[in-house]
Amino acid sequence: MIKTNALNFKYNDQASFSFPDINLGKDENLLIIGSSGIGKTTLLHLLAGLLGSNSGSINLYGQDISKLTQHQIDKFRGQNIGIVFQKPHFVNSLTVKENLQLAQYLGNKEDQNRIIDVLSSLDILDKQNKKPKKLSQGEKQRASIAMAIVNSPKLILADEPTSSLDDENCDRVIKLLKKQASEFNAQLIVITHDNRLKKHFKKSIKL
Amino acid sequence: MNIFKLSIKNIVSKPLNSILSLALLIFGIGIISLMLQLNSLIKTQMDNNLKGIDMVVGAKGSPLQLILSAVYHIDSPTGNISVEDAKKIKNNRMVGSSIDLLYGDNYKGYRIVGTEQKFLDLYNAKIKEGRKWDDPFEVVVGSKIYSKFNININDELISSHGLRETGEQHTDQLFKVVGLLESSNSVIDQLIVTSPQSIWDLHDDHDHGSEEHDEEHDHEHDEEHDDEHDHEHDDEHDHDDKEITAMLIKFKSPMNIIQFPRQINEDTNLQAAVPSYEISRLFKLFGFGIETLTYLAYLIIIVSAFSLFINLFNSMRERKYEMALIRTLGSSRRQLSMMIIFESLILTTVGFFIGLLVSRLGVMFVSSLMEESLNYNLKSFGILNEELLLLGLSIFIGLISSIIPALQVYNLNISETLADE
Repeated sequence: MIKTNALNFKYNDQASFSFPDINLGKDENLLIIGSSGIGKTTLLHLLAGLLGSNSGSINLYGQDISKLTQHQIDKFRGQNIGIVFQKPHFVNSLTVKENLQLAQYLGNKEDQNRIIDVLSSLDILDKQNKKPKKLSQGEKQRASIAMAIVNSPKLILADEPTSSLDDENCDRVIKLLKKQASEFNAQLIVITHDNRLKKHFKKSIKL
Repeated sequence: MNIFKLSIKNIVSKPLNSILSLALLIFGIGIISLMLQLNSLIKTQMDNNLKGIDMVVGAKGSPLQLILSAVYHIDSPTGNISVEDAKKIKNNRMVGSSIDLLYGDNYKGYRIVGTEQKFLDLYNAKIKEGRKWDDPFEVVVGSKIYSKFNININDELISSHGLRETGEQHTDQLFKVVGLLESSNSVIDQLIVTSPQSIWDLHDDHDHGSEEHDEEHDHEHDEEHDDEHDHEHDDEHDHDDKEITAMLIKFKSPMNIIQFPRQINEDTNLQAAVPSYEISRLFKLFGFGIETLTYLAYLIIIVSAFSLFINLFNSMRERKYEMALIRTLGSSRRQLSMMIIFESLILTTVGFFIGLLVSRLGVMFVSSLMEESLNYNLKSFGILNEELLLLGLSIFIGLISSIIPALQVYNLNISETLADE
């Protein structure tokens, strides 16, 4: 269902990256591991359609996203891909619930019940009317996962979700991500330099 | 949730920032709108009271003072003129109609005017209750006065001598209220109107006391014996005693307005003044101040556009990561640019309305000042056409200040922004 072929990206003559091909079936999760400066974030941005590749193709669920216009990619991403960033980020003028409503609006999937489901499954329903800045670190992280999954994406991309966490919290977060992905029928791709995550994934690629 | 709501939330979540970036715009719009309002209110008020008066004749002095006293009833009269002299002018073939005005007394600062009944028609004043005056010392009261002092039909008013409240009170001769006027939004609302005879009697009584009655009685006797002698005597009597303060003139033809006033000023000891000319002169005088202030306000508005631009630009840079996040959530570049433009437009539109509100408070303030010192009030808070132009200007400013920030957001490199974090 997820297939990349001879993916290549060039920032300039000094910095260019070639990525190994990815071939992921339905319901399969993937760990992409590599040290810093090797193009991990670049690969994630390519997969999410935030960057256009110089050569090669990315096929997500039967759609070659390198052939889409900017506007089509934005829509496709809004509906099919959820991204969990290294540091949680929100629209600060909105409450947690409003942030989720904005994500739904932009992904064209407005549904109040879904918001309640996601928040309760992440155990932060009581924080829905709080501004993100008022949340604790752990709550922020869970709220950012809520942002990524609220539109029931087919694919969840996580960028270094555990890099700044201790072992215990690292375990907790990766389990939470996997649980949410399987609960809401999404595939999970985690990109990290964190070797602790290896034991949680059957399939991994080293950059 | 949609982009418009998001814009509103962004503005509301930082109220201080928003107000600060609008302060100059509010200030500028407020000043211009205040000037427009005052100009239009004073002009309509002035014009309202000018209808049907082509020329005012009174004693020599300042022509503006004559107009202000006789037409607007806000300045002291220049003096009195004899009925004889007035009659000569009335009989001129260029004069269409004339109305005599007599001052002498006031009631709690409001002028009592002795005049002919057609004075009411000049302002289209209608009797609301009661009737017009017939006998001396019967008065009809303007709407502002009876509502302020709660005066009813058949009340008796004690007048004070002169035009100020502090004058000596005429307790021996009371004015009887026989009619109340409907509000006409002109000067007559703040006048008490009576027959000229009331004013003459009031002041003659002081000099001659009850003798006058006898004298008149004597004349009647005389009449039977010696007609010629009586005529002379009667004329002399008028000549000596009867004076009026001013005379409002309407010409037969508007052409006379050029020639006739000059003729009076040169050939007689009276003064003729043309209200429309004097008022436009007055407007030119303080119009200069209004113009200067208006230019200043436009300058402030231009500066406000810069201040708004800088504010939007900064807040956009601060929220760069948020913008990138919104894009990753599926927003198109156009939607994100619209968010910035909406924010700016909402701000300037709100700024316009706050500015309008400020100007209305200003009008209320000026009006209360004028009411206190001149017994003049300015009503009507309608929106002028020029103010709609100001709304257009505000929207225009909202658009141009947001163009650059919106373009920057449109061209935002999401990947780079996210990686830069």
